[in-house]
Amino acid sequence: MKLFKSKSSAGLLSAPYMAWALIFILVPLGMVFYYGLTNDSGSFTLENITTIAKPGYLKALIRSLRLAVISTFVCFILAYPLGMILSSMKLSKNTYIVTLFILPMWMNFLLRTLTWMTLLEGKGVINTVLEFFHLPTINVINTGAAIVLGMVYNFLPFMILPIYNSLNKIDENVINAARDLGANTLQTFLKITLPLSLPGILSGITMVFIPALTTFAISTMLGGSKILLIGNIIEQEFTQLYDWHLGSGLSIVLMVFIILNMIIETIFDKGGNA
Amino acid sequence: MKNVLKKLYLALLLIFMYAPIITLIVLSFNSSKSRAKWGGFTLNWYINLLSDEAVAGALINTLTIAILATIFSTIIGTVTSIAMIGLNTKLRSFIMGITNIPMINADIVTGISLMLLFRFLHIGTGFTTILLAHITFNIPFVMLSIMPRIKNMNFYVYEAALDLGASPVYAFTKTILPDLVPGIVSGALMAFTMSLDDFIITYFTKGSGFETLSTLIYNEVKRGIQPEIYALSAIIFVVVLTLLMIVYRVPSSKTKEKANEK
Amino acid sequence: MGKDLITLKNICKAYDGTTILDDLNLSIYENSFVTLLGPSGCGKTTTLRIIGGFEKPDKGQVIFDGQDITDLAPNKRQLNTVFQKYALFTHMSVAENIAFGLKIKNKSDNYIKDKIKYALKLVNLEGYENRSPESLSGGQQQRIAIARAIVNEPKVLLLDEPLGALDLKMRQDMQYELKRLKEELGITFIYVTHDQEEALTMSDHIVVMNQGYIQQEGSPETIYNEPENAFVADFIGDSNIIRSTMIRDELVEILGAKFSCVDKGFGNNKPVDVVIRPEDIELVAPEDGTLTGVVTDLTFKGVHYEMDVETCGRELLVHSTKLSAVGTKVGIKVDPFNIQIMNVPVSEDEEAISETV
Repeated sequence: MKLFKSKSSAGLLSAPYMAWALIFILVPLGMVFYYGLTNDSGSFTLENITTIAKPGYLKALIRSLRLAVISTFVCFILAYPLGMILSSMKLSKNTYIVTLFILPMWMNFLLRTLTWMTLLEGKGVINTVLEFFHLPTINVINTGAAIVLGMVYNFLPFMILPIYNSLNKIDENVINAARDLGANTLQTFLKITLPLSLPGILSGITMVFIPALTTFAISTMLGGSKILLIGNIIEQEFTQLYDWHLGSGLSIVLMVFIILNMIIETIFDKGGNA
Repeated sequence: MKNVLKKLYLALLLIFMYAPIITLIVLSFNSSKSRAKWGGFTLNWYINLLSDEAVAGALINTLTIAILATIFSTIIGTVTSIAMIGLNTKLRSFIMGITNIPMINADIVTGISLMLLFRFLHIGTGFTTILLAHITFNIPFVMLSIMPRIKNMNFYVYEAALDLGASPVYAFTKTILPDLVPGIVSGALMAFTMSLDDFIITYFTKGSGFETLSTLIYNEVKRGIQPEIYALSAIIFVVVLTLLMIVYRVPSSKTKEKANEK
Repeated sequence: MGKDLITLKNICKAYDGTTILDDLNLSIYENSFVTLLGPSGCGKTTTLRIIGGFEKPDKGQVIFDGQDITDLAPNKRQLNTVFQKYALFTHMSVAENIAFGLKIKNKSDNYIKDKIKYALKLVNLEGYENRSPESLSGGQQQRIAIARAIVNEPKVLLLDEPLGALDLKMRQDMQYELKRLKEELGITFIYVTHDQEEALTMSDHIVVMNQGYIQQEGSPETIYNEPENAFVADFIGDSNIIRSTMIRDELVEILGAKFSCVDKGFGNNKPVDVVIRPEDIELVAPEDGTLTGVVTDLTFKGVHYEMDVETCGRELLVHSTKLSAVGTKVGIKVDPFNIQIMNVPVSEDEEAISETV
């Protein structure tokens, strides 16, 4: 009885955070929806949202989706074998190497992107080296490829970590059991390892796809002013054009994609468990 | 053969991760302003950087905000996590659901939503708004690192302490709190690094005339890279590396002990 | 005894310089229930994993049905394993778990369906096809792991401490289940455990291991009644191990008193170790005993009383259905057949290897 009393009074301690979350999470989100669904005079409109269908906006959205999908895919292709290699190593060794892969994440995100500016520029480090060896120079800066490279470089650790964790959790005897029941290496991978690491893959995809879809800094730095992503357009609406209504409307569109991503993730996750 | 391929793959990815950073550090000692040519060794960029008041100001802002945001978010996050003990599962998952919003949502949306709020409330943008924003996005990290410990906690120990005559406060500080400390520490560390590293949310909530390191770098880069920025990168990298080595030393020696027990 | 199905020849295995198995030789007969018994770290699980193909021995050969399978991948071997903690596929249903090996072998859907039904019936879990393994109790998961292995009709079933995670009652039930399964399937079981009672209950043949060496092999009765060294005597059941002197054949001096026994060939006036099981010590009137002692401790154990009897500065453990109160002076008698004589090991190392010859 005494514990019950003290337990429920402990619950009251959540009140300050509830208030905080209301003011700083729910109300601001409500304001995005309010601005997104109204015009200057305060009356309801869907125009801010439907603007996404206009050529310039749609192009930016499709470009953002395309680059985000490519980056996510590249991250997955690079991270999965790495996760398998790391989880197959001995524990004392692999925590050390995993840390090495996560370490660049602690360096400022903009500085990490800056390094690729320096490397890729027309007269940058890579081209200078290529010239020195009389090789043809590359012209990657201010292209979609440079943006993808920047995204992969920045977000790769977000893919490595969950994949490594999910692979590392698989009981070695479960793999042995599949082999014992007659599965060869490939069958074991496809039927056991891959499905069991699916939760890690899915959270890795989310952790890369959403920042890649919504970034504006990477595209500004590596895409010049030529390649606008949806993030750049929203940023401009708020910081240069001061059209909060349109900016909010476009943000709602972004959130739709985030929610879609979550729904797909849940379906896959359940499908894997059924 | 298989092992050689594995090691090669590891090496290639590590080169991909570190070669750019190393290039940056090398360039920070290059006396030629051109990035392509080596003009000889110099420490000028470091000297310029240290005498740069804008950089010093931004650094102080960044650290002040990170430290304050860590303290506040750790306190709020810890108190709320403990409060979860007294809540039923429905309320718990409701609170966790709201807490997950800033984690799942894109930073850009979180940033503009807070910007709209601050404009609406006429809170002058700058230090206060950034701090409020940072506390908001840090609390989830603190709670997520404490909650697993709350879920796995053995409350009988607390009851046993009460049974042995301890006051509830004494029993709490002696039984429940020590269990939570590792979660609180790792949550605080997460919050601190998230705060240091944040650019997008800071960018939208800072207003004009107030800069943190992230926003300062962004402005500089848009104007064209100055070699001082390389020097700054090099310093940050070395500081981060040192801090991480200190932090990682503690848990790694612990895991070794555990491995030995087995 | 049947013919040799599996033969291990001169198997050596070391991890990071630590020797786990040293020149191990073992033959396993067809259709037998063989238990590898020993404390943790004795090499029993490694032996099983070498037979299963999950570990390669550093040296030596694994012969299966006359063929050398040392280098054969686990998926090519005609045996199946029930793993510690079951190792079920959590992302699949019970039926999919059981069907796994059959699908790999491209069996027809009807065949697979029948097999699943048969296997679930065999392990008493009919109707569990669509359940998720995680929703089952430990004992049920264990049965599914067994069903998953036996549908593949292996010649040998390897069981790696399969009952370790179950509670006592469940463990006893499963022991009988496993014995019944063994009879019904008519295949060879190789069973690994550290539980001597489990080994004695289920096996046809017990292999006692310690520190990478086989200490003794034989039927449960032989292992229990005629332990060949102090390790086996101590590991299997309770026992009194007493340093004594073999005066001549069939006469041994224990704690200063002469007992007749049935063992021969240990020489004259040689030090030996004597094993006497607690239930083999008879407490009689002081004047009728070969030795006399005083009861110092008494515990009621249900089936019998457990008593400590002090004699000549030593405590002997005695199990008896007759009660003798603490402080009672008693006589101690032992039937010659119940005195087991063993050589005294020269060193600890010799104790480990003395029986591998």
